[in-house]
Amino acid sequence: MSDTAVAPPKAKQNFRGNGGVRGWFGRQPTWVRAIVTLVALGLAILLPYAGDVPLIGPQIVTQGIDWPSSLFNMSYYVLLALGLNVVVGYAGLLDLGYVGFFAIGAYGTALLTSRDSLLYAHSGWSWLAAAPVALAITMAAGLILGWPTLRLRGDYLAIVTLGFAEIIRIVATSTPNFLRGDRGFTNIPHPPGQGADGKPIFGVTDATPYFWLGLAVIVVVILGVRNLDRSRVGRSWLAIREDEEAAEIMGVRTTRFKLWAFAIGAFIGGLGGVLFAGEQGFINSQTFVLQFSILVLAGVVMGGSGNMAGAILGGALISYIPDRLRGISDPFFHTDLYEYRFAIFGVVIIVIMVLRPQGLIPSRRRAMELKDREKEVAPL
Amino acid sequence: MLLELENVSLAYGRIQALHGISLSVAQGEIVALIGANGAGKSTTMRAISGLRPVSEGSIRFDGQDISKLRADLRVIRGVSQSPEGRGIFPGMSVRENLEMGAYTRKNRAEIDEDLQRVFTLFPRMREREKQSGGTLSGGEQQMLAVGRALMSRPKLLLLDEPSMGLAPMLIQQIFDIIVEINQQGTTVLLVEQNAQQALSRAHRAYVLETGRIVKEGTGAELLHDPAVKDAYLGVA
Repeated sequence: MSDTAVAPPKAKQNFRGNGGVRGWFGRQPTWVRAIVTLVALGLAILLPYAGDVPLIGPQIVTQGIDWPSSLFNMSYYVLLALGLNVVVGYAGLLDLGYVGFFAIGAYGTALLTSRDSLLYAHSGWSWLAAAPVALAITMAAGLILGWPTLRLRGDYLAIVTLGFAEIIRIVATSTPNFLRGDRGFTNIPHPPGQGADGKPIFGVTDATPYFWLGLAVIVVVILGVRNLDRSRVGRSWLAIREDEEAAEIMGVRTTRFKLWAFAIGAFIGGLGGVLFAGEQGFINSQTFVLQFSILVLAGVVMGGSGNMAGAILGGALISYIPDRLRGISDPFFHTDLYEYRFAIFGVVIIVIMVLRPQGLIPSRRRAMELKDREKEVAPL
Repeated sequence: MLLELENVSLAYGRIQALHGISLSVAQGEIVALIGANGAGKSTTMRAISGLRPVSEGSIRFDGQDISKLRADLRVIRGVSQSPEGRGIFPGMSVRENLEMGAYTRKNRAEIDEDLQRVFTLFPRMREREKQSGGTLSGGEQQMLAVGRALMSRPKLLLLDEPSMGLAPMLIQQIFDIIVEINQQGTTVLLVEQNAQQALSRAHRAYVLETGRIVKEGTGAELLHDPAVKDAYLGVA
């Protein structure tokens, strides 16, 4: 590193970039931004009807799975990506077992509502009554896992979280009466509500209402996380992520804020699980495999870790791409392309990591941190 | 005494880094801690700021024992550190880095006042206000680290190797500013490998060798001590 008393004039690198769509968006007055946001939200609400758009519609919608179901899948993946983004993207904690919280949310709901549950005689609750309890359990699980482990750093934390998710899955497979392994829980009730025609809003034939419910939850989560990110909490996370020791020297209570990130991430993951259980009506231990965690993490990193728009895009893509491949067979072995999804993902992720390591919609700060770490690895 | 370490020992796992260190810093002083790599200089700093718990001994600040106190509470009491390797937040702007220094404070008017003070001490920081920390040169990062440490309005400023990796001219400049900060009323404890500069600027100094204090005296005394000259000043 060269230092001179008078540093050579540098290309002025402004902190808030000016280029691209985001630069444009950032310069607009509040009302323009509000309108753009509302239009985007309106388009998202209309997504179930995308197939009706001439020409491009049929290209977008899925074939091997009905489009509203695919949209619902996207909604809970986006939710998971948003939650994991708080843990990985904001606080910088590598969590490889995020599916554990999704599982706890889903199992919590099932245990309280399903007829197959040991607790059924005492509970037999509605989905809406079970949801807050399941979420509280998930958040508590986040705190219990986080309390002893958040003193660990980097790789160690990753291993512990990985183990945590596996423990949940293994407990589920090996307790035939409690978490019921492969047999799982049936008859998990759907969310409440009746339409004008007297039929329940949340039925079994059309997933559209579930997608809208998921979308509503996503909007609430985005607003909540955005507020946190702009507060002192977000600033503390940022400091911890960029330099944990320096953060501590500034007076940031690092363990406490890491625990907060973990608990909030767990809560959002649990939300995904509660929604999932309510839509499917059935869950078993096969759902909560390791690949699930890895996939969501890949989504967050691919979209742009530390940036909510990136996490949303990444979450949607990891769900949409495989679903879109369903029902299309390859010309050689005539296997459904869906079966190749992990191989295809592997390639896509490698390409993105080579061409755009900071993600599709990167966080500017993150990009700067990456650059800074490169310097550490290879000092000039 | 503003700061008193009494018989402080500290271990990383099984490796004993400090073997019963005692030192003191009086209000208004600049005290230097010199020694070779691995002598325990940075470890002493980390013990004072609370990054590592001490295994034995006591640290008294402003008359009270702080050796068991959480790091954030030590900041509130008035201990502030500019860490080894600067510890700049690379993705935050210069302004945001400085604001982080005032993390434990609430009074906006006072914070703004201190921000202006830092900008006066380091005019370059004002020029770079909106630039992110990671894009600064080494010297600028050092200025930012010192400025950031001042933002908590400390009674005691801990500086860990402020001259590391800097060109000779910049080292002069940084030390001039340290003296200026001290004259404005902040007590300074500084760790240095650049013994020449440190000893000529400090009121008093300690020499640290493998976790023990082997010598102490005024800066001038140590600067002319043959053993110190031999070991740390690179002159025979």
